This record gives sequence, structure tokens and C-alpha cells, in this order.
Amino acid sequence: MSINARLNTPHEVMSATDVRRAIVRIAHEIIERNHGIDGLAIVGLQRGGTWIAEAITKQINEIESSVTVPVGALDVSLHRDDIGIRPVSLGAITDIPFDLTGATVVLVDDVLFTGRTVRAAMEGLNNYGRPRAVQLAVLIDRGHRELPIRPDFVGKNLPTQKDDDVSATSDGVRITAMNSSNK
Amino acid sequence: MSKSVVIKGGTILNQNGELRADVRIENEIVVEVGANLKGDIELDASGCIVTSGFVDLHAHLREPGKEEAETIETGSRAGALGGYTALVAMPNTDPPQDSVAVIDFVREQGKRAGLVDVIPSGCITLGRQGETLAPMAELAQAGVNFFTDDGFGVQDASLMRRALEYARGLGVTLAQHCEVAELTKGAVMSECQCCTDLGLPGWPAIAEELMVFRDIELVRITGATMHFLHLSTARSVELVRAAKRDGLPITAEVTPHHLSLTQELLASFDSVYKVNPPLRSSEDIRALKIGLLDGTIDAIATDHAPHPRRDKEMSLDMAPPGMLGLETALGVVLAFGDLEIKDAVALLSWNPARIAKVDNAHGRPIAASEPANICVFDPELSWSVDLQRLASKSINSPYVGRTLRGKVRHTIFKGAPTVIDGQAQK
Amino acid sequence: MKHLRSIDELGAKGLLELLQLTVHMAEINQRPVPKVPALRGRTVASLFFEDSTRTRLSFETAAKRLSADTLTFNVSTSSVNKGESLRDTVATITDMGADAFVVRHKSVGIPWQIEQWTKASIINAGDGAHQHPTQALVDCYTIREATHTARFDGMQITIVGDIKHSRVARSNIQAFTMLGAKVTLVAPPTLLPPDVSHWPVEVNHHLDDVIPTSDVLYMLRLQSERMSQGHVPTLREYSEQYSLTQKRVARLRDSAIVMHPGPMNRGVEMQIDPSDIKNSLIHRQVANGVSVRMAVLFDLLGSGANLGGQA
Repeated sequence: MSINARLNTPHEVMSATDVRRAIVRIAHEIIERNHGIDGLAIVGLQRGGTWIAEAITKQINEIESSVTVPVGALDVSLHRDDIGIRPVSLGAITDIPFDLTGATVVLVDDVLFTGRTVRAAMEGLNNYGRPRAVQLAVLIDRGHRELPIRPDFVGKNLPTQKDDDVSATSDGVRITAMNSSNK
Repeated sequence: MSKSVVIKGGTILNQNGELRADVRIENEIVVEVGANLKGDIELDASGCIVTSGFVDLHAHLREPGKEEAETIETGSRAGALGGYTALVAMPNTDPPQDSVAVIDFVREQGKRAGLVDVIPSGCITLGRQGETLAPMAELAQAGVNFFTDDGFGVQDASLMRRALEYARGLGVTLAQHCEVAELTKGAVMSECQCCTDLGLPGWPAIAEELMVFRDIELVRITGATMHFLHLSTARSVELVRAAKRDGLPITAEVTPHHLSLTQELLASFDSVYKVNPPLRSSEDIRALKIGLLDGTIDAIATDHAPHPRRDKEMSLDMAPPGMLGLETALGVVLAFGDLEIKDAVALLSWNPARIAKVDNAHGRPIAASEPANICVFDPELSWSVDLQRLASKSINSPYVGRTLRGKVRHTIFKGAPTVIDGQAQK
Repeated sequence: MKHLRSIDELGAKGLLELLQLTVHMAEINQRPVPKVPALRGRTVASLFFEDSTRTRLSFETAAKRLSADTLTFNVSTSSVNKGESLRDTVATITDMGADAFVVRHKSVGIPWQIEQWTKASIINAGDGAHQHPTQALVDCYTIREATHTARFDGMQITIVGDIKHSRVARSNIQAFTMLGAKVTLVAPPTLLPPDVSHWPVEVNHHLDDVIPTSDVLYMLRLQSERMSQGHVPTLREYSEQYSLTQKRVARLRDSAIVMHPGPMNRGVEMQIDPSDIKNSLIHRQVANGVSVRMAVLFDLLGSGANLGGQA
């Protein structure tokens, strides 16, 4: 797939409808992979993953209406590995109103990039208990991994340049190519 | 035979006038004042004022007892660099100057250093304990005519009365450090709004004023001569003004730091600004300056108080109070004192010479057959304190980073130059 | 922000930021494992020249929850109270790798004086009667938590007791007024500084006058030495006029909050047990201490706020 983006102009790679369909598909994949929803819990990463986590959970609960799968939100700022190197501002508060121990936790984020946020999230989860398993669902995988992290469920694979800007909302996913000499 | 010294091209300033002329000095005396004079040593005084050497009524030379802060020699050198030819040495040494042995020692050390006349003052009470009188008659016979317990005020009113009566009989002057100790327990700075914000115990103005008032009244009934050390508040000035109007034999001094620095500086927590009596408000400074102009305050005295660096590095409440003053007095007075040069010289030289009763040798006019104790200074030169180049052993000067105006170029003591071009000669 | 030494140095903006940060830290303290690696590799040194188990432990717990290492110097012995040892102690501990100092000293100004001897961040845990900024942060956070308001506009806060010698009072007066509260000081004239006309406060010498209109009643401790210094004739007289009694509690508004920074002098300023006071938040003040101090440590050492210019 070729990206024909003009410099500094956002280019849409997923429409709102594409996003919605991807979420539905991911919800089915999660249920299929885990042979049902027993012990399942969804945790969205602040801030980009929480709306997706909510949407996936809603979808799962519609598909399998017998039991409600719980959803929570995790702020990973305090577990990052670049504290003291770059300014850190804390996002919204973590809210995990259920016990994770023994659960299969599906972490949800909007864009998977270097993998450092997910590493921080896995460490953060440890504060709340010991999950039976952790799986990863992302709307976009844009490559350029710096750690051995791989997603279990992907909305779309998107090859990018390292300094491109990718933004994902329920209205769609956009990529903006940044001029490298602007660094 | 001593060499002749000529001061060339300066403006001579005497009490009765000014004169552009050279001055020739031989064998400890001024021998000629005139034009185009020649001599073995010629000192350039162009642009400078040539006047009698300064007399400090209030210097802590720390020897004997605290030689790591200063010695009589290093203090004398600091004085000479500041234009001084006589220093009254405060008696809070260890052992204190309440015996002839210590008085003679201090005087001898001064002579050995040979840079200024070191005039030892005596204690009013034995050991400065404030309990019994020191042997003032014996000390007076040994040449002391200025007595103080400086560092403390004499707290007991009836003891102070006796001291004044006794002093009157001897014809000596008592000098008081006015501080009612009960009101200043633990005090670190002046009692003011800044002090309230910092949560520090304050030194209220009345602690000084109560003793000023008391001693004025004691002078009134005893007739003795009294000198007030380092006045710091507006009301103290008012009290002394009224006392002088009543014709009482009272004189007073103020320090250069009390004319130029305010209490708010303590908000920096820098103990270099901690001093006794404390720095006060700008209103107090204004009143002190008016007191200088109308003759209420007779002299500027440095209260030169050296302390070793590690003592001043203690917390604000533990650090000892006191600042250096000898080398910066002129520069501070001309930069911040709002005084004419002639008035400044009167306050630094002529008046204190009289009060210390050394006006037979110091504070003299520059004229033939007068003793040659002379200060030559450039009144316009801007300069700032370089801690590395201070002659004092200590470095607790509050003027680092401030621009001073007026610097001593040469000092002549007993006919010989102790300072040439701002450098000490020995 | 490099240091936390006084509320006025912190400023209103800094105050609000730290209170916001505390919310995050409070959440961490709710977790089954209340620990994050945020300050891993950093060292926090406690330099307590005055004995204070509670505050020191609060700071050390805060450091550990952020995964920082701690060094403790309990130097209430007098030999290190002299100046040169203070300089050597600070320089030595800095050489050992301290990134931050938490200092409590009976002398005003120590947190500013030691700045010249170290590059580490300095946190004032109390300097003489001058400031105790983390206590003010704890108190503001506790009030916010109880009233669910971010600012204190229109709130009437009454501080009772030995204002003159209280660093808690000085810090709190600044913090409460920065958040818009109206502050009234209640004390006998001898326990107030000689001149508070420049402080943004009202003064009243009669506690009973202000009880009905107070939204927060903040009680300060009275040290028994004050009697020998002539500040109060007897402790009994002080208690009668200024202590919190059953009767006075009954006259408080229903919504009024009671607070005390601790430790309490029972029978002196408190004649009633806090557990018998309906709206006492004293236990919350203690509980919130760790969260607040975590926020301070994270802000000074971890958040990158002092990196200046780096993106």
C-alpha cells in the first residue's frame, strides 16, 4: 500500500465506518480466541485506548449477553521508562474496579508503535494483581518496534515513517507526514 | 633619618576651608604647604582630597582571644587601607580589656604593627559581666579615657549610675551599647513585618530606645560624659537631639551599614546581614541621615566586627552578629550617605578625634608643624569589594556585589606612608 | 520546580499542580501493590535535625512507593548542629548520590542556606517557625477531598493557637488564601506576632465569637514551654479560652470541619477526643501525608519539569 501524503497535510487511512467495523471484528476475534468470555477483562490504556476499550467491551457484551465483561482504564505514565528524561504529565486516573488476578486481560490501545507504552502497561497491571494471561488489541500497528512486543488483535497494519504523526478517533484514522528537516 | 614625603596635586580639606596645594612631610610632621614641592617620596594626589586621617571610635580587633578572625596587625592594616590613622579597640577581647596588663598588651601590639594608633578602650564592668565596676581609675592612669562594655549594655540601672558618677570624677567618657537584653532574647533581626513573615524572634526598637532614654536621664543627674555607640532607630535620634538641646554632655555615632542597608536583606537568610543592633527600616535610615546633618550624631564609626567564615556559615539564629567595616567605610559613606565631602570628613575624622581625645595628633588641620596623620582619597572613584583582596583576616562584608564610591589612595601615619596607591606598605 | 521550601516560593500555580498530582498518587496508594517505578535509581536523603518520627516516615514511605532509594540521617545530636558540620554533612550526602534532601531544622532558613552546598533538590520539612509547606499541601488536599471543591472561595477558615511560633500557620495562611479562603486567626495577643497588619487575615481574640461562622476549625498545638516564657499565665487559662471542648464542638456548623496538624497536646488545646468529633478530618490529614509527599517527590525528581527547554 502506498501512502501518497502531501507534507504536513493529514491523509485519511481509515474512515469512521472502517473503524467501527474493525472494532466489531476485533470483538469477535477476542471471543473466538478465548473460546468465550469466561474470565475476560478489558483494560484500555489512557488516553488513546480507553474509547476503543469501551467500544470493544460494549460490542462483546452485545454478542454474548449472558455475562458482562468488565472494562477498566489504566494510566501508564508512572511506569514509563523515560521518566526524568522527558517532561511527563500525568493523564487521567487509573480506574480498575475489579480484581485482575486469574483474569485474561486484554489491553487495548489506539496505536502500537515502539512498544514501550505496552511494556509500561504490563508492569502497571502487576500492581493490581496477577492476570492468568495478557493479550493486546490495537486499532493501528504502525511498526518501528523497539521492544519484543506483538499485538494479538489488530485493526489495521499501517506502514509509516518514524516521524509521521498518526491520530485515531472514532471519526477515523489519519496520518500526517512530517518534513524530516523540521526536526 | 626618615625620608621626606610630598603629597602632590591634591585638594587639602581642613575645617576652615579648602586649598589646592602640595604638602611636604618630614620627621612625622607637616613642614610645608605650598606649590611645586619636592621630596624623597612623591605621592600623586591629583583628583584627590587630602585631609586628616580618619579615627574609628569602634573597632573589634579580636586580639587577644580570637586571632583567627583578626589580629591587631591585620585590623590595623585594614584600617590604614580605609584611611584610618587611629582606631579605638573595643574591650570585648579574651581576656577582656579590664586590666592594665591587657591594655598594655593591646597598645604594644598596635605599636609593633606600626600602621595606626591603636587606642585601647576599657570595660565599664569587670569582665563585662555587668556586676561590679572595672578598676577605671587604674585603667585611666594607664591612659584609657574611653570605657564601654560593648557587645552588651550595662543592664543594671543603679550600677550604671555609679559608673557614671565614678567616670565623672575621673574625667573619662563612658560609651554605651544600648540594648535591654530582656527584650532581645534570641533575636536575629529587627522586629518588623519581614521578621514576622520569617518566624524569627525580633529585636524591637524600644530595646535600644529604653536604654538611650535611661542613660540620658542618668547623665542629667550625674553630669558625666556619655557617648552612644551605633544608634540605629529614628526615636534614638530624637532622644539624643532633645538631650543635646538641653545641653547635656552627650555624643553619638552611627555605623556605615546602618546608613545604607535595611532589615529586608535578612530575608535572604544570609548571616552576613546579621548585626547588633540589627539593620532597620528605610525610615530609620532617613532619620539617622538627618541626625548626621543637624549635628545630633557626631561621628561615623565602623563597628568593624570580623568573624571567621565557618562561624558565619552557621544558621541565621546561631551565627554571631557583626560585619567588617574598616576598608569600606569611606566608600559606603560617599555612595549611600547623602553627605557633602566636608561633612563626611568631619564625621570620619575631626569629630571622632575629639571624642576619643586624640585630637592633639589626629583630626588636625593640614598645616605646617601639625602631626602628619593624613588620608588622601579619590572621592569619585567607583569600586567594589573583592573578598580576596581584603586585608582583614575575615570576609564577612555585606557589600560584596555593591558599587561603592570613594577610595583611599594613600595614608600617612606619623609621617610615613602606610598605604601607597591602595597598597599597604607593610 | 527545583525545590519545595515555602508556599510563597511555590506560588498558586505550583500549589494547584501539586494538589492535582496528589490525586494520582492517592490512587496508587489504593492499589493492592501500591508501588510504581517512577523514581527508580533516585536517592532521597532525610536530614532531620529535629525529632519527628511521623513526618520522616511519611517522606520515606513516599520515596519507597515511587521506588526511590532512601538515606536517613537522624541528627538530633548537637554536634552536627554547628555550622561547619552542616556544610560537610550536606556535601558528603550529595557526593553519596542524593538527588533530594528532605530537611527539618529548628533554625529558620536552613533550606535556603544549604542550596549553596549541593545541587540536589531541597524539600523543607519544617524550618524553625518559618514554613512547613508539605503540611499546608496535606491540609489543602484534605479540605478539597472533604468539600469536593478545588478552590476555597467563600470558605471561612479559623486557625487557633500559637500562631507566633507556628510554621504550620505561616504556610497555611499563604496556601488557604491563595485558594481564596478567608482566614481568621484566634489567639491571645501574646501568641500572635507583634504586627500582622500586612497578612491577609482577620484577628479575633475570642474563640467563641468565631465558632458559629467557621467552615474549618484548625487547631494548633500549644507547647508547654510557652507558659514559662510569659506568653500565657497558665495552661489552664489558655485551655479555658482557646481549647476545643465538647461545648464548643456542639456550637459548630453541621458542615464544619475540624483539623489539627499533630501531635496533639491533649488537655491543652484539645479537651475532646478527635474520635468524638463528628467532622474531624485529623485522620485524613495523616492518611493523605504520604500521597502529598509522593506528589512532591515526583514533581521535583521525576516529572522532567526542571529539564528546562527539552521537549
